Order: sequence, then C-alpha cells, then structure tokens
Amino acid sequence: MEFIQDLMNYGFLQKALFTSIMVGIICGVIGCFIILRGMALMGDAISHAILPGVAISFMLGINYFYGAVVIGLLTAVGIGYISQNSRIKSDSSIGIVFSSFFALGVILITKASTAIDLTQILFGNVLSVQSSDMWLTLIIGAIVLLIVILFYKEFLITTFDPTMAQAYGLPVRFIHYVIMILLTLVTVASLQTVGVILVVAMLITPASTAYLLTNRLSTMIFLSAFFGALSAVIGLYFSSEYNLSSGAVIVLATTFIFILAFIFSPKQGILWRAIREKRNKASI
Amino acid sequence: MGKALTVDHLHVSYYGKEVIKDVSFSIDTGKLVGIIGPNGAGKSTIMKATLGLIPKDKGNVRVLGKPLKAIRKKIAYVPQRNNLDWDFPINVIDTVLLGTYPHLGLMRRPNAKQKDWAFQCLKEVGMEDYSKQQIGELSGGQQQRVFLARALAQKAELFFLDEPFVGIDVSSETTIIQILKKLRDKGKTVLVVHHDLTKVEDYFDELILLNKELVDFGPVQEVFKPEKITRAYRANLSILENVGVKM
Repeated sequence: MEFIQDLMNYGFLQKALFTSIMVGIICGVIGCFIILRGMALMGDAISHAILPGVAISFMLGINYFYGAVVIGLLTAVGIGYISQNSRIKSDSSIGIVFSSFFALGVILITKASTAIDLTQILFGNVLSVQSSDMWLTLIIGAIVLLIVILFYKEFLITTFDPTMAQAYGLPVRFIHYVIMILLTLVTVASLQTVGVILVVAMLITPASTAYLLTNRLSTMIFLSAFFGALSAVIGLYFSSEYNLSSGAVIVLATTFIFILAFIFSPKQGILWRAIREKRNKASI
Repeated sequence: MGKALTVDHLHVSYYGKEVIKDVSFSIDTGKLVGIIGPNGAGKSTIMKATLGLIPKDKGNVRVLGKPLKAIRKKIAYVPQRNNLDWDFPINVIDTVLLGTYPHLGLMRRPNAKQKDWAFQCLKEVGMEDYSKQQIGELSGGQQQRVFLARALAQKAELFFLDEPFVGIDVSSETTIIQILKKLRDKGKTVLVVHHDLTKVEDYFDELILLNKELVDFGPVQEVFKPEKITRAYRANLSILENVGVKM
C-alpha cells in the first residue's frame, strides 16, 4: 500500500505509471497482428534498427521520434526488398539488415554525442520519464489505437487471408507498410519504458499468452492489451520498490503470465491436455 | 447471353520461364467450366493471372465486358486450402462473414444484416451446426464448405475455385458440386481448377484443356475426347515411355 501512497505523492511515478500502461496496451494490440502475421522477428529487427535513427536525431537536434520512424520504415522496406528480389529467406534478410543498422547505431551514439546514455536506450528506465516523453507516448498510443479501431476489418482480412483481400482489391502491400509504421511507432514509444532490446518481449509475449486463451481475434487483442498493461504495472511496482531495472522486471512479468497460460489454459494448456489424454486412454 | 470472362492472348512467366503461352478463350455467363491439364500445366497460374493476383507479361482480361479493376467485387475466389493459417483465432461464422467485407466500405463494420446473411450462406452448405467452432477443428471437406459459404456471402457473379475437391470426403464433394450447379442455373459463371479426370463429364458444361498452351476449349462433349486428353498430357506420357512404361 506504500506504493499507492508513493503514487499519490510523486509526479515522476504517476508519469511512469501512465506511460508504462499505455506502452503495455499498444504493444499488446500491435503484437497480436505481428505474431499472427508470423513477423515476430520483424518486431525484434525494427526495435534494434531504430538505434541509428535515434542517434542522428540527437545530432540534428530534433526529437528522436522522427529519426526512429524514418529508419524503422527503411528497415522494413530493406528487409522486404532483399527477400523479394533474391533467394535469401526472410529470416536471413532480417538478420542482415537489422544487425547492420544496430551496429551503425552503436558507433553513431558512442562517437557523436555525449548527451545520450546508450544503456538507457537499450534497457529503458521508466522512472526517468519526463512530461514530454509521457505526452509523446500517450499521443502515439492514441493514434495507433485509433488506426487499429478504424481499419480493424482490413487488418483482420489481410492478416488471415491476404489472397482474398488482394482478389477483391485491397492494397495488401500498402496495409503491410501501415502495420510496419505502427510497429515502429509503438517501438519508439516503448524506448523509455523497456528499451530497444526488450521491446520485442512486450510485443510477442502478451499476444502469445492471449493466443493460448481464445479463438477470437477481438478477444485476443483485448486480453493481450490487458496482460501488457498488467505486466507494466507489476514491473513498475517492483522496479520502484526494489530499485530493479524497469524493462527487465516488466518483461519477466509478461513471461510469468505466459507460463501460467501455457500450463493452465483450458484449451491449449499442457495441464488440461495431459488430463484429457489420460482420461481418453482410460476410457478405451 | 453475355460474355462472363474474356481472356485474350495471355502470357505469364515465373522468373523468366514462360508458364502460360498465348492463351485465349471466352466464356458465356451461366456456365460451369472446368480447367484441366497435367501437373505443371499452369491451371492455378492462369486462374491467378486472370484475377490479377500475379503479374502477366502480356494479354487482356475482361470480366462481364469490363476491365478487371472495375469489377473485382463481382468475383469470389476460393484458393487452395493449404496456404491458409488454420490456427488463426477465427471461428466458422466469422470466416463466412469475411465474405461480406468487399461490399462494406472502409471503416464500416458488419452489422446484424450481414451476420444474418452469413448464417444463411452457412446453412446453404449445411455447416450451421459448426458456426462457433474454430476453423482448424474442422475436417478438410468441412473447411472447403465453409470457404464456399464465404464465397456465396460475397454475392458474386463469377466464382473461381482452385482444386476444391482435393482431400475432401465424398459427401462434401457432392454438396459442393450441387451448390455450384445451382449457382450456374441462376446465371452465375463458375470456374473450377480440377485434376480428377473421372468425373469431368458429370461436373462441367465446358472445359479449358491446358498444358501451358491452350490445347482446346469448348463444350465438354467436344473437348473431353481421348485424342485431345492424350495431346494435353503428352509431355508427361512421353516421359513414361522413355523409362519403358507401356501404356
């Protein structure tokens, strides 16, 4: 209960709370589309690849958001271009492109500026969130959620059956890049909270947990957003009370919820599955 | 009788290798048409190229007298079953409901009217008892019926089905062919990629006999003749002869 007291008293904790809940929600929502499209690695790639974008933004004295979005899109286009125009498979082209960008980013950040702390970008620190960061996250979050709500139908069909979508005239490739833009936005918004290294966990783990629990995409999205937000709050609590790295604790919270679902999910959980199998064998 | 589909001098290639060479045909409305030919004859390819799903090198496609772009929503396409994610979190009725999407504008959601219509289409294929099941829990034949229901929900004028009878049970096959014939009787045009030669004469009005080039096109009685079939399948037969198989 001390934590709630602290929340009332300290502005920095309130900012951290709002920011991390929003990050949990939008990562959960976009994560559902990412895992269903088989693009989990793409999420990892874009989050790492935006590093040079952040560095260049600092050099130019603009908000890191702009550089990150440009580089994130460049990564998505580059990966698509290599795998479509050669025999290189998409996981390999992801590996080539993102590690190059990441390496470039490390050099740029260490050489160009003393103002940015590399560790902070890599691992995040939700307790140091400024008002401007909080507003940026809330605005990005609102935009992402609005687009998903408005184009839910189009996102659903291009994810499930892109051939049908293309056959009736939807711009399937354009929608793919819209989702890539949203993914980049979500990653940028998560920088402060979990950092680039761990953002992939926020994208994949809550969505995978939800995937084990339901057979409806809309339910999956709500559950995933809820698990994301819940993990963010749990992580914030432990990191402020016990002075632990916020990103790491949040990620472990998502993992913990995932393990629960993995074991106890009524349809997919290994526990019920084992019980069912045993019952079936006994009844033969 | 109007022309449902006109394909004019169509050429398609994959990585510089020509797989469809100069194919032309023209189908009247209200016909049930089979596309047959040996493996690798380009049966699925010609369907996809006609639908604009893969680029063509040359040629012209007109649907109901209009260019494809203007008339896409009048076409329902049921692709081969194996390139879908059957673990996707979607149930049967919501899958059929996807068929109403083309006629809903951007940002519009299906409402009770669309849901009602989707359920009627599901009834048509005899799958209404399964409406809440996840699609991966169904058998192959049931899955194919659900995707036919989705095509029905599209209220299309032309129906394109790619190998709908592969790996499905007899009763599903009967249901599907009956529905296709019913569509034909209502004046719709149906194209089916098919590889089983035994039932060709029962199923189709017209045949497109293909082996990269158009071998023949016309009423099934005229096209489905031993000498023509042999000509289409010749490439494959000559391989057999080479290794000493006597036909």
